[in-house]
Amino acid sequence: MAETVKATRKRKPGRPPKAASGATAANDLPTQDDLVAMYRDMLLIRRFEEKAGQLYGMGQIGGFCHLYIGQEAVVVGLQSVSKPGDTVVTSYRDHGHMLACGMDADGVMAELTGREGGYSRGKGGSMHMFSREKNFFGGHGIVGAQVPIGCGLAFSHKYRDEANVCLTYLGDGAVNQGQVYESFNMAALWDLPVLFVIENNQYGMGTAVTRAAAGRSLAERGAAYGIPGRQVDGMDVLAVRKAGAEALEHCRTGKGPYILEMKTYRYRGHSMSDPAKYRTREEVDAMRKQHDPIDQLREVLHKQNVTEDRLKDIDADVKAIVLRATEFAQTSPEPDPSELFTDILIPVGGRGAGMEG
Amino acid sequence: MAIEILMPALSPTMEEGTLAKWLVAEGAEVRSGDVIAEIETDKATMEVEALDDGTIGKILIAAGTEGVKVNSPIAVLLEEGESADAVASAAPAAAPVTEMVAPAAKAASATPAAAAAEAVAAEPVASGDAVEITVREALRDAMAEEMRADDRVFVMGEEVAEYQGAYKVTQGLLAEFGAKRVIDTPITEQGFAGLGVGAAFGDLRPVIEFMTFNFAMQAIDQIINSAAKTLYMSGGQMGCPIVFRGPNGAASRVAAQHSQCYASWYAHCPGLKVVSPWSAADAKGLLKAAIRDPNPVIFLENEVMYGQSFEVPTDDDWVVPIGRANVLREGSDVTITAFSIMVGRALEAADRLAEQGISAEVIDLRTIRPLDTDTIVNSVKKTSRLITCEEGFPFAGVGSEIAMQVMEQAFDWLDAPVARVTGKDVPMPYAANLEAMALPQIDDILASAIATCEGFRGA
Repeated sequence: MAETVKATRKRKPGRPPKAASGATAANDLPTQDDLVAMYRDMLLIRRFEEKAGQLYGMGQIGGFCHLYIGQEAVVVGLQSVSKPGDTVVTSYRDHGHMLACGMDADGVMAELTGREGGYSRGKGGSMHMFSREKNFFGGHGIVGAQVPIGCGLAFSHKYRDEANVCLTYLGDGAVNQGQVYESFNMAALWDLPVLFVIENNQYGMGTAVTRAAAGRSLAERGAAYGIPGRQVDGMDVLAVRKAGAEALEHCRTGKGPYILEMKTYRYRGHSMSDPAKYRTREEVDAMRKQHDPIDQLREVLHKQNVTEDRLKDIDADVKAIVLRATEFAQTSPEPDPSELFTDILIPVGGRGAGMEG
Repeated sequence: MAIEILMPALSPTMEEGTLAKWLVAEGAEVRSGDVIAEIETDKATMEVEALDDGTIGKILIAAGTEGVKVNSPIAVLLEEGESADAVASAAPAAAPVTEMVAPAAKAASATPAAAAAEAVAAEPVASGDAVEITVREALRDAMAEEMRADDRVFVMGEEVAEYQGAYKVTQGLLAEFGAKRVIDTPITEQGFAGLGVGAAFGDLRPVIEFMTFNFAMQAIDQIINSAAKTLYMSGGQMGCPIVFRGPNGAASRVAAQHSQCYASWYAHCPGLKVVSPWSAADAKGLLKAAIRDPNPVIFLENEVMYGQSFEVPTDDDWVVPIGRANVLREGSDVTITAFSIMVGRALEAADRLAEQGISAEVIDLRTIRPLDTDTIVNSVKKTSRLITCEEGFPFAGVGSEIAMQVMEQAFDWLDAPVARVTGKDVPMPYAANLEAMALPQIDDILASAIATCEGFRGA
């Protein structure tokens, strides 16, 4: 169901950035090891999120908790074709993105339980986690606010003449925020290397996308700015990977922004307390039974004669990671009371605020 | 090992709920993620999913049961190879629920004052040579010097490049630094404020100009939620070294939407520094400090002040530390605090008070947050009377905060209530006579000082 919205804007002459080292050509087929790695990454997100849901149910995670179950193929497919130095920013349904960026499951889970061992030392929670080391820039709680921030990260790549892209994820709910279009305009105007990934999971909270968004497709939302856009089956990790490689190549080679609309689906509620009245169980079941991204890739692996034993090993591996993360998140102490007053301002002349910090 | 399936909570406040329906029967094989039951509260319905592969060994709570406590076992899941007979004996031993460590209820021991205390750099000592330039030129020179010193610094905003600045503050920067570092934006405040925040996260040093701070209300979500809070929310990882600058407060006859002081708005929020200079020397030195600061800084200028000239030291690197007020005139009867354009009015008022035999001490706050309360309190301990001046609205204004700080730290030294001279509590009118009435004038400061001193003289 890929459909390309053609860019009509005339290209301005400009100096292309430095060539990307080790770029994956868009037509490169994934090796079996690539496929197995994607399977593992998706399964880790699935199991991690199931456990997070359970811990929430036990009262060990508070506040909001937005689970990524069902959408795993989107971030795993895209991260599988990103390059070292590429940056990532997303909204608050962010646990999957963090794991796909290589952040440690222990630190993510411990942040969910509000513990000292969490990525934000317990001060950010589910929606606000960051890792400079892994180039993950949040984790933002205000719908759409991460989009101009993503453009700023892309701006910094271009400013430094780096062949890197900022992958800026947003949901179908965010596409109706004004600042998204302010961002599209600036990104196109200045040829910023930003890939806008619209994760269209069909519902912005409880409102179906068809009841919230005018127009034919979200992939076309950049057309007025000359930003090419494409709709992709976001439940098929191989389709995501292929489209992602092409789009990233576009951004990386100085051609400006690109939009990928990932048609995906979340199995769980918007957050934990969700009336589930806005869609039918049959709809959810049909997606799970017929389009599940992990089941689909498992089929591919079976066809490639990956043994059941190898898959079982991966299962066991993932289970152990989640179990360890859970134990860590339950035993890591709560932040010291003195932490209440730290990290408000950086002392002048103290630790640098930059990448090196 | 058999696993207990527990009654989940739908929200942190839920204590019990109804087990509405079982979707599986005893003996059913389930996979992780399969929906096995539905629970309800008055607010929501939630599906309970299996968290492991296995067989439903026993259902402990029947469908339709109300008042099921959160975290109580509702069923037992058998793993591969286990039989239902194992349930009775295995289940109690196999409750793998790790109890949460009880949250420490003890109050935080550190106080905000202690934690926030930070040594502020000493006031710079000028070598002696100075040149008379306008506030406008001083601001431009500060940006140019910092851009020469650090190639991560760039300036972005509406009309900052080819037009040379809506108020000519960025005059000449495009010619020297080029379009890569002096960037005209579309009229898109929320967008470029957010882009600036992202660039700061990306290790650049953006100087974001708002044509006026009135337009920054379009961008205030990015300033507060993204720039100010992210360091805290990231446990100290994500500094945001950015300057948001532009004219603040009333200009002349531009009415309500273009004439507002935002000092108390931004000063209200932890995570920001708020600076508002009066003189050209401070404008230059403080803007250089702001650009070097690793934190987000709100730099509030004043359009009426741009053309005023002051002596500015010609020292190579004239930097004025953020967080330090300046006693511009010493006095013994009353302290007057002011910032930005109100400093000039306070000094004028002090001259006229002297003619009446009242000795006023005038403090230029320069930084609103962190507020230099030491300088204010020390002055009040000398004069025992305090007048605060600002153009902004009175309610929850900067003066209200200063009054509270003085009450907390120097109550016994006060001989009279602290008085506030502020803008009137109305949207700014257009008509010349009404506008003059709405803005705090020298006569208002005089009247307030005389009332404070006379009314309590000899008390």
